[in-house]
Amino acid sequence: MPSAIIIALIPLLPLFTFLVLGLYGRKVFKNASGIIGTISLLISFVIAAYVAYGYFFNYGYIDLRGQFNLSHYEKLIPFKYTWLQFNERMSIDMGILLDPISVLMIVVVTFVSLMVHIFSLGYMKGEERYPTYFAFLSLFTFSMLGLVLSSNIFQIYIFWELVGVSSFLLIGFYYDRPSAVAAAKKAFIVTRFADLGFLIGILILSFYANTLDFNALIATFTSPTSPELHNAVVSSFLGVSALTWGLALVFMGGAGKSAMFPLHIWLPDAMEGPTPVSALIHAATMVVAGVFLVARLFPVFSLSAPAALNIVAYVGILSAFLAAIIACTQTDIKRVLAYSTMSQIGFMMFALGVSGYGGENGLGFTASMFHLFTHAMFKALLFLGAGVVIHFIHSNDMKDMGGLRKYLPVAHITFLIACLAIAGVPPFAGFFSKEEILLAAYNNNPTIFYIALITSGLTAFYMFRLYFSIFWNKSPDIHTDHHNNTSLVMNLPLILLAIGAALAGFIPFGNFVSSDGQPLESHFNPMFSVAPVTIGLVGIAIAWMLYKKQNNKPEKIANSLSSIYKTAYRKFYIDEIYLFITSKILFNLVARPAAWFDKNVVDGMVNASGSVTQVVSARIKKIQSGKVQQYAIYSLVGVIGLAILFIYLWK
Amino acid sequence: MTIEPGLYHLLFISTTLFFIGVYGFLTRRNLITMLMSIELILNSVNINFIAFNKYLWANRLDGVMFTVFVIAIAAAEAAVAIAIIINLYRSHQSIDVEKAEEMKY
Repeated sequence: MPSAIIIALIPLLPLFTFLVLGLYGRKVFKNASGIIGTISLLISFVIAAYVAYGYFFNYGYIDLRGQFNLSHYEKLIPFKYTWLQFNERMSIDMGILLDPISVLMIVVVTFVSLMVHIFSLGYMKGEERYPTYFAFLSLFTFSMLGLVLSSNIFQIYIFWELVGVSSFLLIGFYYDRPSAVAAAKKAFIVTRFADLGFLIGILILSFYANTLDFNALIATFTSPTSPELHNAVVSSFLGVSALTWGLALVFMGGAGKSAMFPLHIWLPDAMEGPTPVSALIHAATMVVAGVFLVARLFPVFSLSAPAALNIVAYVGILSAFLAAIIACTQTDIKRVLAYSTMSQIGFMMFALGVSGYGGENGLGFTASMFHLFTHAMFKALLFLGAGVVIHFIHSNDMKDMGGLRKYLPVAHITFLIACLAIAGVPPFAGFFSKEEILLAAYNNNPTIFYIALITSGLTAFYMFRLYFSIFWNKSPDIHTDHHNNTSLVMNLPLILLAIGAALAGFIPFGNFVSSDGQPLESHFNPMFSVAPVTIGLVGIAIAWMLYKKQNNKPEKIANSLSSIYKTAYRKFYIDEIYLFITSKILFNLVARPAAWFDKNVVDGMVNASGSVTQVVSARIKKIQSGKVQQYAIYSLVGVIGLAILFIYLWK
Repeated sequence: MTIEPGLYHLLFISTTLFFIGVYGFLTRRNLITMLMSIELILNSVNINFIAFNKYLWANRLDGVMFTVFVIAIAAAEAAVAIAIIINLYRSHQSIDVEKAEEMKY
């Protein structure tokens, strides 16, 4: 196993880059910041790939053949520093935990971040705050890598908040635009609210398990005889056991960060940030933090609190379905991709939700992680492709686009590959991962399976609606005095990600990542795949008929379903509901009285102590009159008083 | 019926003189007059000493001796007080004690 320093370099190199670019970027490194950021991330990626290769093929696999057939991937802790010790079992440590999902994530995060850095070299060229942008990107990469390598639930909370801060800084990057500022505030407040639930969940879990370390926490809550598990299950609040509350609240934190219903409102608005930022944060990495958290605590969820796992499953499928419907009506291309992200993360969540633990039952877990991997590839590709289109057209709206396939050939082909992948067309990557998810759902919960099937069809439809609207449809009316629109730095990441999206499906994922660490043979069943692929192709065909050539069929359909269309277009009025609840109810009933109390009672007491002092002093200060005769009177009275006291009262 | 003068009569006189002196010290505005009141107080104490000496310890001279001390001290203190009054006059151009209120709040 390489030394802990090498592994710690993976998150520390971006941190160091953030500090250098943040402090000296504007004065010293104005033009070189992009190169510096990219090179440091390249080194991080190489180390991550090296660690991944070593872990999966070398030292991670504890081969115990002959001993009850328990060969598995071990959770290794190369580094642990005890920061705050509470008692002999519970302490807040800073540590690195290597296990299949964290090694997977460091490869994904560093790779996608590297692609985004290279892309940004071209996209953000000429930007005034170029060094600041790369500094923020490095801060985000550091936070995300720290999150996935955390060995301690409190450490993951620290990095969770750091990721939220980086997201806020990057969404609000164009700070002179009020919409961007509002979007950054909304994202931060919604995720912070969810993190309140996360913190309470951490406190509940650590109270009952008397530990904060992941390995110890999972071991305590999954061994059937542990007294802590018994306490957590027996003590209940409102009829639900404390363990389920703790896990449900932790999931609330994950749901906020992963934009699950009803905490999803920040994700579409987060598209105000620069497009490479949307590719990195809101497509491939930060939004999967919630899925990662559930996967990290998965043994506890599935073995000891199946009720919490049910919540995960139903929230996931609801988000997936809702987002797919809304995406069919949006016209801003980045919003369509944002809702698509929410839908795909819903897929990952419910795949975890229907999964069992161990062996064949754990198929959902493997499928979810596989989908996370392939989704990172094709979603980042879609966003970067959208970035190329936006850079060319200088507009986000589908109505301004059309027929761009002649002008942007590389973007066209790679976008098509990504759309085919997300629609689940074989042999691209999305097909394999979606198959496994649907198989896991079919084996466990038929309702969820059918809704997921419909959602897959909707996914194919709206993605190809997007594809045809951008690259086919109308003939373009572009003034072709544009600069060279096929710069290598912007096309190279597209090509690399397209290769990933095309070939990643062939990785035998179950051999590496599974719920209990033992390799899982995935049996490929062609008969099962017929239904999903057919539905996907039907979706593509409908989109072909409606959008490939310019016609008025979409408007006719929209008019005939006008109320449903309008509701979906207005995103089911969820934003309006939130606005109503916060401004009419919360502000008036909670915030205003609290503000009154703070200003008048709390501040009033402090002010009163000052003014009382002043009034009393104004009255008493006349004692010091400066006149000798009055002082003499005071001392005479005092002497007489003392004389009476000592002679007559205290003998 | 004649009343023989006794200890109590002398003590009454000295107490009266004492409080007249205190009243004068606390009330008069002229610094010299305040000095005169202080002399009154000191003299009333002297009468007290002599009275106790005559009626309680008739064969001893302690009271008389102490009285002589007090007279000497009073004279010295009057000299110092006059010096202070002269200094005060030089800075205030007046010996009205109500005018010397620099130590006011």
